[in-house]
Amino acid sequence: MTSVETEFDANTRRRAQVRQSLTRRNRAETRFRLLGLGSVLAAMAFVAVLFGNILSNGLPAFWQYNLQTEVYFDPDVINVPAPPVQEAGQSDADYQAASLAWQRRLAMVNWNRLITASIAQAMQGVDVEIDDRSALSIVDTGTRFVLRDMVLANPDLIGQTRDVSMLLSADGDNWSKGKLSRDLPDARQQLTRPARDAIDALTATGAIHPAFAWHIFTNVDSRSSPASAGLAGAFVGSLYMMLVVILLSVPIGVSSAIYLEEFAPKNRITDLIEVNINNLAAVPSIVFGLLGAAVFINIFHLPLSAPLVGGLVLTLMTLPTIIIATRSSLRAVPPSLRQAALGIGASRMQMVFHHVLPVTFPGILTASILGVAQALGETAPLLLIGMNAFVANIPATPLEQSAALPVQIYLWQGNENRNFFEERTFAAIIVLLALMILLNALAIWLRSRLERKA
Amino acid sequence: MNATSEPRPMATSHRIVPSAPASAGERASRISARDVTVHYGPKQAIFDVSIDVPERSVTAFIGPSGCGKSTFLRCFNRMNDTIEGCRVGGTITIDGEDIYDPSLDVVELRARVGMVFQKPNPFPKSIYDNIAYGPRIHGLVKSKAETDALVESSLKKAGLWKEVSDRLDAPGTGLSGGQQQRLCIARTIATGPEVILMDEPCSALDPIATAIVEDLIHELKEQYTIIIVTHSMQQAARVSQKTAFFHLGKLIEYGDTEQIFVNPRDKQTEAYITGRIG
Repeated sequence: MTSVETEFDANTRRRAQVRQSLTRRNRAETRFRLLGLGSVLAAMAFVAVLFGNILSNGLPAFWQYNLQTEVYFDPDVINVPAPPVQEAGQSDADYQAASLAWQRRLAMVNWNRLITASIAQAMQGVDVEIDDRSALSIVDTGTRFVLRDMVLANPDLIGQTRDVSMLLSADGDNWSKGKLSRDLPDARQQLTRPARDAIDALTATGAIHPAFAWHIFTNVDSRSSPASAGLAGAFVGSLYMMLVVILLSVPIGVSSAIYLEEFAPKNRITDLIEVNINNLAAVPSIVFGLLGAAVFINIFHLPLSAPLVGGLVLTLMTLPTIIIATRSSLRAVPPSLRQAALGIGASRMQMVFHHVLPVTFPGILTASILGVAQALGETAPLLLIGMNAFVANIPATPLEQSAALPVQIYLWQGNENRNFFEERTFAAIIVLLALMILLNALAIWLRSRLERKA
Repeated sequence: MNATSEPRPMATSHRIVPSAPASAGERASRISARDVTVHYGPKQAIFDVSIDVPERSVTAFIGPSGCGKSTFLRCFNRMNDTIEGCRVGGTITIDGEDIYDPSLDVVELRARVGMVFQKPNPFPKSIYDNIAYGPRIHGLVKSKAETDALVESSLKKAGLWKEVSDRLDAPGTGLSGGQQQRLCIARTIATGPEVILMDEPCSALDPIATAIVEDLIHELKEQYTIIIVTHSMQQAARVSQKTAFFHLGKLIEYGDTEQIFVNPRDKQTEAYITGRIG
């Protein structure tokens, strides 16, 4: 009976010990969960602050103030004859020469006089005296070219009146958005007092009002008329680079990953290759820029600032990422599938292409898109191949000089017209981020779609 | 269990030429292995195994885990080639043809020697494509009608036709475990093999599915030479005509199944069969 008693006691003691250790374990688990939750919350808070900051700073840039006013295309100012018409018997060359002469005369017109006249017209009934210089400082310096191009496109405009929406200058936009202190003395203001008063008055009449700034997407970068600076050139440049990266790094990366993983013998040489690929993935991106400058520009004499060279450099940078990710998704294929294929008499190549690749396709696709997205945001290597040059045109081919989105952000962030370009820099960041999110969303969507199919 | 570690006096039993005493003149030997050795890197897994497998019958390989029976089975369709560092020595002939002859294409061999694996491994494709894949890559079918007919006959032979005939487009991976294994058998049959190797085909199946597959094996032996690796002695006794007992990489005893189970000649065989080793 005593032996039963002691056994009972031993059981009770053991249970108490387990319970005690259980409390300890539960406490540790709770602690760990709280820590995890805390770090997730902290990370989310950082992301929220980041996005909140970018959006609150950048979104206003997409609305810029415009001056809506009537412009009289005064024939006295636009003192040019009627545009030449090709007459019977006139040679094409002669006609072209006449056309060019006419266009030159059109370019010589003092278009600014139309602008000052039109602003004076709008100011009728407003008790502000405004001189021509002040009036011109209200609107973007590119406005005169807008008027010129209108007449160039339609010479019949001469002598007519048209409602024209003029973009406010960078300073005018800053003033309208309240980014310039109204308490500063005249000497420290960027706009003269009449200009400031005119903007306030025209805003009160509704002639100056904000509008969505589509030109951010359609215009190229500009230093002479900063208010009209846009991202089109950088966007197309980045697009060309992405094309080069996709066309080169995806086929090369995926096929070398397939070869290394499925066909290559496992020996010292392939081990060495594997180690080197892993090392390349960790090489700072600026080093690839140096390599690109040395090889593509100094040896192959490819043009500076060209998206082709940028794409080649980014390809070098993306290749290791794609190879590593593709190899790991190939490695994740269960051996039973390979055995099934080989067991039925499939050749190694048939096994890879009929069975392994279809299963890994979503993974390879995701790896490729993420690699390309990473390349899209890369700045440092592009600086070393001259892509930080100021380029104010949309490249027609990947061999032309071009800007790139991340580099454009870098350039705008360093622009001396700080109080206007700060906002614009954030706007460019929003565009770049939107593009990245779009690419990543595409990757996720394709992945889930293909996985459902499989 | 380490095949090389245990010092053991050379048993004469693993050297016997098995068909001679037990089944002389019964059937022509189809597969013949002589002094087969297998190494995984420096470690030897199979020691000089010689065996003759008769055609149109079921031969079972039994033995404790790690005895090398699966390794030996994989020598017959050279699946060991796919394992890094694996070397096979000795000779194996099928109908007198050396299957390790360098001029022989391993793909052709695997079309002749089909294999069913331990875990059902249908392709992640439709039931139809699972069956049709092998014949297609080997160029055995020319038209859709031929393929349809072959898919139907293969599924019928595997006893699966009635269950899946109305959903051939459904994924093969959606079937139950037993159905998947029969699908794998049908897939193997479809390429028209002469030999079917089965590596513990029922170890992942429940008793009812196992019974169905065993019945199937019973029917298939009318047409094919079957070698089955099993760790279930009852299964070996139920389905096979010949049984080979392996231990520590050596063939200990080979003979008619009845003789092996009722009257084993070797002490180790007896110990295994009565459950004392393994």
